[in-house]
Amino acid sequence: MSESVSIRVTGTGHGKQHGPASDAAVKPAVSDVVTVSAQDTREDPLKPASPSWFVAKVNPVSRIIGALLLCIPMFFSLDLVSATTALGIEFVLLWIGGVTPWTVCRRTWPVWIAALGSFISVFLYAKVSGRILWSVGWIVISEGSFPLALATAIRVAAIAVPGVILALGLDPTDLADGLVEILHFSPRFVYGGLAGMRMFTLLQDDWRALGLSQRSRGLGDGNAISRALSQAFGLLVLSIRRATKLATAMEARGFGSDAPRSQARISQLKAVDWLFYAICLSVPLISLGVAIATGHWRLAFTGGA
Amino acid sequence: MRVEPAAVEASGWGWRHATRKDFALRAVDFAIRPGERVLLLGASGAGKSTLMAGLAGVLGGDEEGEQEGSLTIDGVDAREARGRVGLVLQDPDSQIILERLGDDAAFGCENLNVPREEIWQRVRESLDLVGLDALDLRRSTRHLSGGQRQRLALAGVLAMKPGLLLLDEPTANLDPAGVQEVHDAVREVIETTGQTMVVVEHHIDVWLDLVDRVIVLGRPDADSLSGGVIADGTPDEVFASMGDVLAEGGAWVPGRAIPNYRPGTRSVTASGDAEAALADGNKESLSAGDRSAGDRSADDAKAVAAEAAGRPVLSCHNLSFGRGTALGTGIDLDFHAGEVTALMGPNGAGKSTFALTLAGLLQPIDGQVLVAEELAPSPNRREPVHWKSRELLGRIGMVFQEPEHQFAANFVRDEVSIGPKSMGQSQDEAYRTADRMLERMNLTRFAKANPYTLSGGEKRRLSVASMLAAAPRILVMDEPTFGQDFRTWTEMVRLIAAIRDHGSCVIMVTHDEALVDALGARRVMFQERSEA
Repeated sequence: MSESVSIRVTGTGHGKQHGPASDAAVKPAVSDVVTVSAQDTREDPLKPASPSWFVAKVNPVSRIIGALLLCIPMFFSLDLVSATTALGIEFVLLWIGGVTPWTVCRRTWPVWIAALGSFISVFLYAKVSGRILWSVGWIVISEGSFPLALATAIRVAAIAVPGVILALGLDPTDLADGLVEILHFSPRFVYGGLAGMRMFTLLQDDWRALGLSQRSRGLGDGNAISRALSQAFGLLVLSIRRATKLATAMEARGFGSDAPRSQARISQLKAVDWLFYAICLSVPLISLGVAIATGHWRLAFTGGA
Repeated sequence: MRVEPAAVEASGWGWRHATRKDFALRAVDFAIRPGERVLLLGASGAGKSTLMAGLAGVLGGDEEGEQEGSLTIDGVDAREARGRVGLVLQDPDSQIILERLGDDAAFGCENLNVPREEIWQRVRESLDLVGLDALDLRRSTRHLSGGQRQRLALAGVLAMKPGLLLLDEPTANLDPAGVQEVHDAVREVIETTGQTMVVVEHHIDVWLDLVDRVIVLGRPDADSLSGGVIADGTPDEVFASMGDVLAEGGAWVPGRAIPNYRPGTRSVTASGDAEAALADGNKESLSAGDRSAGDRSADDAKAVAAEAAGRPVLSCHNLSFGRGTALGTGIDLDFHAGEVTALMGPNGAGKSTFALTLAGLLQPIDGQVLVAEELAPSPNRREPVHWKSRELLGRIGMVFQEPEHQFAANFVRDEVSIGPKSMGQSQDEAYRTADRMLERMNLTRFAKANPYTLSGGEKRRLSVASMLAAAPRILVMDEPTFGQDFRTWTEMVRLIAAIRDHGSCVIMVTHDEALVDALGARRVMFQERSEA
């Protein structure tokens, strides 16, 4: 055993002084201590299945169906009234469901960027309607530009905001259970995909390590594109190897045969799911109804002004 | 929880992977009685893992390879004995299948069509047996330690109530605490269930107290039906008669002396000509490099001078390291030429991150990592993290924990010649350097092979060879002896000693007490700050 002297290295710190190594044979093996922050050993807090208490009660499969019910009718209209009404109702419903408007905006920021993008493009390039106010090259701004652009932007938000909020916190395992038990997808396909998705975290680490190793091997100076390509190839090989190992582990647990399979978790539709569908469907129906009643309704795809 | 232990029988069994010309193993004959606990040994390449996969029925069908003879579990072909066999593998990362702990443990039962209520009862019992019963079933599997993951894998297998439990190096990737956890869990399991067990492991002493029989596989011969089982008996019998053969084949035979490669024991190091070859290789590898051999020996002389003056070749000053958040702060450490430093401590403490920071690959969060002036590209550029990638070559080398992270070429020979070539050698010279390296590492016969097709030990040797080809003055190694058999291990120790005695500075992250002891390395312990 080597003798060991313990030197604690802390905040203020001081270097350990080595004496001149006059005789290599008796150079003592000194033990230093590096104090690191404690690993987080606490139980991870369980994440809620949704920011909304109501949505959390709904089956994950219903959340996808609900999002479709909400948005598909909205594709068929192109007026400001129906879009605004829908977005308004959605905010109110989400508020009742436990998600404040502020939270909704914060969690859906990419949607608002997309909405702004569609506003700008429609505003500048839309089909001419009414008097032309200003035009340079491809850019034509007419009287109809502003309302149309606004309607489009709000519609984008009205379609995407509930979709994003419904997807938040969606548990992949629960979704997989629903797909298999309610929609009768193939368990081999669904659980295989689910297990594969979990490997993304590992692949992120792989990608980082590959980059570092290229640098340490003197390959890190070349042009970034060829470097990324060879790194991507390395990642491809690693991912195949990881997938093979995972497949073996799954097969060793009896996965992948045609024999009947039981489900440890129950996934079924309950009354709350049907209520949820009704709510989801009512949003576009009400908003389209309001638009028709007030005479603002404009069918999309007809292009009529 | 008791299960019906299974009987296992192999007669004239052999398997050839579809992509290989030779059989991975053949002429394997043995019969294991129900309830026996068997340690399966054999040199690397003897086909232990193939046999385990065969027993578990996961080798695949005719398109994956060719089988001869028979392998049966309770008289049923192993490929048809679904659910009678449970297999725990080496890599904790690839055995966790689902996100929540309870779901993961239940996965095998689901596949066996066990009724729902019974699944959860079995899951609770299994988690209880492996000592994970304190954890919430809904807990994420993401943040479990290595030992916990392996125990979870064991629980998942156990819940299937297999009559035969197969453990394929289940502790090779764990730190000492994790090894102990898994060992204790396995003991608890087999004592409770009475299952038949077969375990593969280089480190015999880990499992010695749990096994009552040892089977040794020989390396198969391409042309004959030799190979197969070369020893079979109680541990005492087998180790008495086969101890040397086993050690030669790479097993960690109990009571075997660890070689002494401490500093100053040059008589020992001289026995391997590695040192001479290394010195030779370094000189030649740089003869046509971006610096002349003359410069190089001047560098050597300077490094020696620096060391004589007691100055470190690498040091950290008030260093905070980590990815994003600091794991450790205010660290001052010096590393000297001709010295091996072992960074030790529990898994997840941040040793690897620290090593990457020392190697100039990660930006320190605060403070500095400085290289001796003599070794820096210019005296005012002493922080390796700011160097160009090429400037690291010949100065600081990093051997990664996962050799596959390091591979960048399609052929082993090209892989090793990357460093010398980047340092300015011509193709021929770089190949000459590479060939010398490969010979030293006993890899010459793989020169034309793809790095990914090598075995674990060979990959590790290759990753070291390709780093050494660039002759770094500071070599940082992350777990150089992970999962190595005794022979590769001994080679690695000898090599590290030679690098050290050549005047390089070696820093290694390791859990391997024997390695640290054999090299007489300086220990730097990583300790977690106890929470107040």
